[in-house]
Amino acid sequence: MIRDITIGQYYPAKSILHRLDPRVKLVSTLLYLISLFLFRSIPGYMVATLFLAAVIRASRVPFKHIVKGLKPIIMLLMITVIFNLFLTKDGDILFHKWIFTITEGGLRTAVYMAVRLIYLIIGSSLMTFTTTPNELTDGIEKLLYPLNKIHVPVHEVAMMMSIALRFIPILLEETDKIMKAQIARGADLESGNMIQKAKSMIPILVPLFVSAFRRANDLAMAMEARCYRGGEGRTKMKPLHYRTSDKIAYIVVIVYVILVFVVGRYVPLRVWIF
Amino acid sequence: MSIRLEHLNYIYSPGTAYEKHALKDINLTIPHGEFVGIIGHTGSGKSTLIQHLNGLIRASSGKIYYNEEDIYQEGYHMKELRSQVGLVFQYPEHQLFEIDVMTDVCFGPKNQGLSDEECKERALEALRLVGLKEKYYSMSPFELSGGQKRRAAIAGVLAMKPKVLVLDEPTAGLDPKGRDDILEQIAYLHKQTDMTVILVSHSMEDIARFADRIIVMNHGEVMFNDEPKKVFAHFKELEKVGLAAPQVTYIMHDLKEHGLAVNTDVTTVEEAADEIMRILETRK
Repeated sequence: MIRDITIGQYYPAKSILHRLDPRVKLVSTLLYLISLFLFRSIPGYMVATLFLAAVIRASRVPFKHIVKGLKPIIMLLMITVIFNLFLTKDGDILFHKWIFTITEGGLRTAVYMAVRLIYLIIGSSLMTFTTTPNELTDGIEKLLYPLNKIHVPVHEVAMMMSIALRFIPILLEETDKIMKAQIARGADLESGNMIQKAKSMIPILVPLFVSAFRRANDLAMAMEARCYRGGEGRTKMKPLHYRTSDKIAYIVVIVYVILVFVVGRYVPLRVWIF
Repeated sequence: MSIRLEHLNYIYSPGTAYEKHALKDINLTIPHGEFVGIIGHTGSGKSTLIQHLNGLIRASSGKIYYNEEDIYQEGYHMKELRSQVGLVFQYPEHQLFEIDVMTDVCFGPKNQGLSDEECKERALEALRLVGLKEKYYSMSPFELSGGQKRRAAIAGVLAMKPKVLVLDEPTAGLDPKGRDDILEQIAYLHKQTDMTVILVSHSMEDIARFADRIIVMNHGEVMFNDEPKKVFAHFKELEKVGLAAPQVTYIMHDLKEHGLAVNTDVTTVEEAADEIMRILETRK
């Protein structure tokens, strides 16, 4: 039941994307997310779509798996679309009934927003699909390292992140186990109104909290037993180095951003209102 | 009250990179009142198998009959099945949550819709059955020691008065005394009530002592399903899959190889001692 959540989980496969330096993937994802907001035209979307499709192909993550990750945001997507559709008042009126009005601008914004949101989620989940949590925090630590100079505890933040990420699957599994154990004792988790449902979560939340604290305690002890004392002077088992493929990837992404910006702004292709 | 599994298959996360065929074509019958031991190394599918017995996991294919009724048929009362087939998970103390032991043990019966007095009666009976002293009843479950917590958790399932009790490694992480106590308590329960007991374990010794029948699991398949002595006769094959027969089996086989005509069928230390004595007597 709870295992089905795919958003943000590593998907093991052998691909160019999996082998890239995590810093490349982090920076590229950020650039890609920004690039989605650089244009409002069909040619721009075409370039972005082509780029995304190429990256999905290169990642060797099955498309079905990626789409499954979109499920949790459907609600958010619907709300965004509906609000944009009915509340934006811009241009000619396309449809009007009682208090509902759809304008050209509203329809345009709604469609653009929906596509952007989907691309945003797919883009960022591609990063987490192809990068293990450890690589990710390593990458973040190295990228933010200059902030150390202004006394930002970069290593500590990265360590907290990797611990938090590491614990997600463990706690999910634990939740699954506790849920099953309580169901086996006749707990009813599905029926009833909101309050009854909230109450029926107590037999799951209490043991879950107890176990989370127990694990945190054990982990702290284990880290201290191995003389962990923060990031100063600490070396890495697998230090990050840029390779040729990483440099090529940077170039590809920068070319894409420039292309999407130029094409999105200056190629005058319009279909109907878009 | 028998349980019958027919061509049971279970696949974890089908269609993804994590796909795993956890159970392969399992066919089993567990008659009422039997003490069955399930053994296999980590990842052999034991825990997955027992979670099918009360419908917590739905098989990918195959059928399960409880009392000759198909549990996957439309309108089958799963909740009723779960109160008949009590499942004690690994480290059951991790599911304790109430403010005191008594209330926690009452959780199961309460979910069955019993009145407060009945719940309490059942809880008292269950707590007595697992041998937990009265002074602990009003304590917070988190104040108890490991072994006591485990007893309290097992009582929580027993209070539902299941017809079948399934225990997943009930002795994991306990000291030798705690382990023996719990196992003896379970054997005692099996004798006192006419409950079917299914015991999952790593330890051949433990299972050999109590089980009427042993099911050996390997890579999601049933490897052996027979009386203990017949299963242990295959000790060489058991070793190949990372398991071992009880130590007495090895001793008896060695003795026989060295010319002492002992019967190698014995499964417990006591039986072995008697057998060796018998042979030595005839020698004189």
